[in-house]
Amino acid sequence: MLKKLLFVLSLVISQSSWAVLDIQITGGVVGEHPIAIVPFSWEVKSRAGAQEIDSIIRADLSRTGRFELIDKKKFMETPHQGTEVDFTKWSTIGAESLVVGRVVPGDEGKVNVQFQLFDVYKMSLTSDGGPTDPDYKVKQIIGYSLPVAINDLRRTAHYISDLVYEALTGEKGIFTTRIAYVTSSERGKQKSYELQIADMDGYNEFTVLQSSEPIMSPAWSPDARQLAYVTFENNKSQIYVQQVDTGQRQLISSQRGVNSAPAWSPDGRKLALTLSKDGNLEIYTMDVITKRLTRLTNNSAIDTEPAWSADGKTIAFVSGRSGKPQVYRISSQGGRAERITFQGSYNARPSYSPDGKKITLVHGNSDGFHIAVLDIQSGVLNILTDGSLDESPTFAPNGSMILYATAAKRRGILSAVSTDGKVKQRLVLKQGDVREPAWAPYRQ
Amino acid sequence: MFKKFLIAASLMGLVLAGCSSTPNKPDEGASVEDRTTESTGSGGTGGASSTGLPGGGAFQGNPLDNPSSPLSVRTFYFDFDSSEIKPADQESILAHGRYLAENADMSVSLDGHTDERGSREYNIGLGEQRAQAVRRMLLFQGATDQQVEVISYGEEKPVADGHDEMSYSQNRRVEIVYKR
Repeated sequence: MLKKLLFVLSLVISQSSWAVLDIQITGGVVGEHPIAIVPFSWEVKSRAGAQEIDSIIRADLSRTGRFELIDKKKFMETPHQGTEVDFTKWSTIGAESLVVGRVVPGDEGKVNVQFQLFDVYKMSLTSDGGPTDPDYKVKQIIGYSLPVAINDLRRTAHYISDLVYEALTGEKGIFTTRIAYVTSSERGKQKSYELQIADMDGYNEFTVLQSSEPIMSPAWSPDARQLAYVTFENNKSQIYVQQVDTGQRQLISSQRGVNSAPAWSPDGRKLALTLSKDGNLEIYTMDVITKRLTRLTNNSAIDTEPAWSADGKTIAFVSGRSGKPQVYRISSQGGRAERITFQGSYNARPSYSPDGKKITLVHGNSDGFHIAVLDIQSGVLNILTDGSLDESPTFAPNGSMILYATAAKRRGILSAVSTDGKVKQRLVLKQGDVREPAWAPYRQ
Repeated sequence: MFKKFLIAASLMGLVLAGCSSTPNKPDEGASVEDRTTESTGSGGTGGASSTGLPGGGAFQGNPLDNPSSPLSVRTFYFDFDSSEIKPADQESILAHGRYLAENADMSVSLDGHTDERGSREYNIGLGEQRAQAVRRMLLFQGATDQQVEVISYGEEKPVADGHDEMSYSQNRRVEIVYKR
């Protein structure tokens, strides 16, 4: 039976080469770390497939809110490698860090992307040896020569952003990660729903599933190679698991009634999900291999939206058992549930931070629904957004940002906010409605 | 009024037995890509189409199509975050229950919906609870478990697109969709 339902969606992987999402930084503080990214030189004969690598890096770093990107107009020189740099010129304009680079011909149709990151302050102080010091002008924080295919240049630029970000902050970068989300649009009289995957900056959007019926709740497996989601394509809710690379998918839950809210355990062996097969919405875990179900909750109210803690020992979920939706937690083996949100009359859609210390959730109060972060230890709830219909928050895999859906000008868009609430940005889809973002974990 | 309706309904049972209506079975494992037909609810075609018995007598049509019948009311509205059936809707829902009890070959799906406020998965729960509240009343009147299917769409299928109470009140609903 399952074999019959296991089939390949060959049509669904189609790439649109242009960005459909447009990112606008809408508010927040200017970062504290001044950095200059010098335009990379293109030293390959053909310009075919050329990318403005420095622009991509600049956009990535500015998005974090941690950096002040120094305006190109202030630059007093345009070096492309360390030996060409006069560091005093960069300290004069206030740069603390400097990135220079170039794209040169490589083997077998590839190109080499070379870049170096410098600590301007340290370099301009290298007074003991001065310009005669053989190490002067080549001391660097990091420097790489990356052989890449032309069509991988955009991804390479994101990879450089990751390397620079990690070198300067000590925290892993997120610029090569991807996001999934659901879009809806009208095709004539027909509604069309799409499950999309894109780079975290909105480029390289792929449609991995298209349906005339709603698609909901995309959830990444911990290795970022599979997506679980809910569809109504057979006029009932069902949960599928799809291989991201091949499009092959498997029907994993089609019980009578509600099949919803899939969430992967951190070891990838189980899915938590919500079923109403026993008469009311309850949380279950399913062994992904054997499909065996274990029921965790037993309550006449709505229990749904399970989320695993980073160590896999606890599941946070939403329950209406107090009369209003609030977040509870329970052992992933079952047991007694404990309420963990007490502020406000509506707290839902919990999701753990990668370090397991925080939970982001939807917090409703008199002026709408906002994204908030709960510090689990202290119980302090920090409200990060001020939209009226903010929903579906999802942590970046390094915990630094939260992506969520919001309503703007009568349609759904994605927005991101730094976990401390200081930096905000929007990802605007050209047309239609975008919702339910899910930030992929680091790919393994 | 009610008695009169009941007689009509039971007579109709005879007629309906000979009626043809378009079945709309969800195709198993259907390719999602191929779907082009518009579907407004789980029943697809929404309501039964019927023809009279050839050479038959007085009745043509179906009480489901009678605009003055309580069966003509197929959508029931709810208050925010509530799955309580409004008193004004009870007569209609009970009539559907009796109709199903007397027409064992008929079946319905109850499509539960919510407005867009709050989280999507919680709204799936709320839509389910609304549809279950209607289902309980249908079963109470003698409809069988097999005749009544519940589907919650949560906030995914609004009928009104606005972000105001006018739209929200239209979207918080349960639709009874007849099929065979």
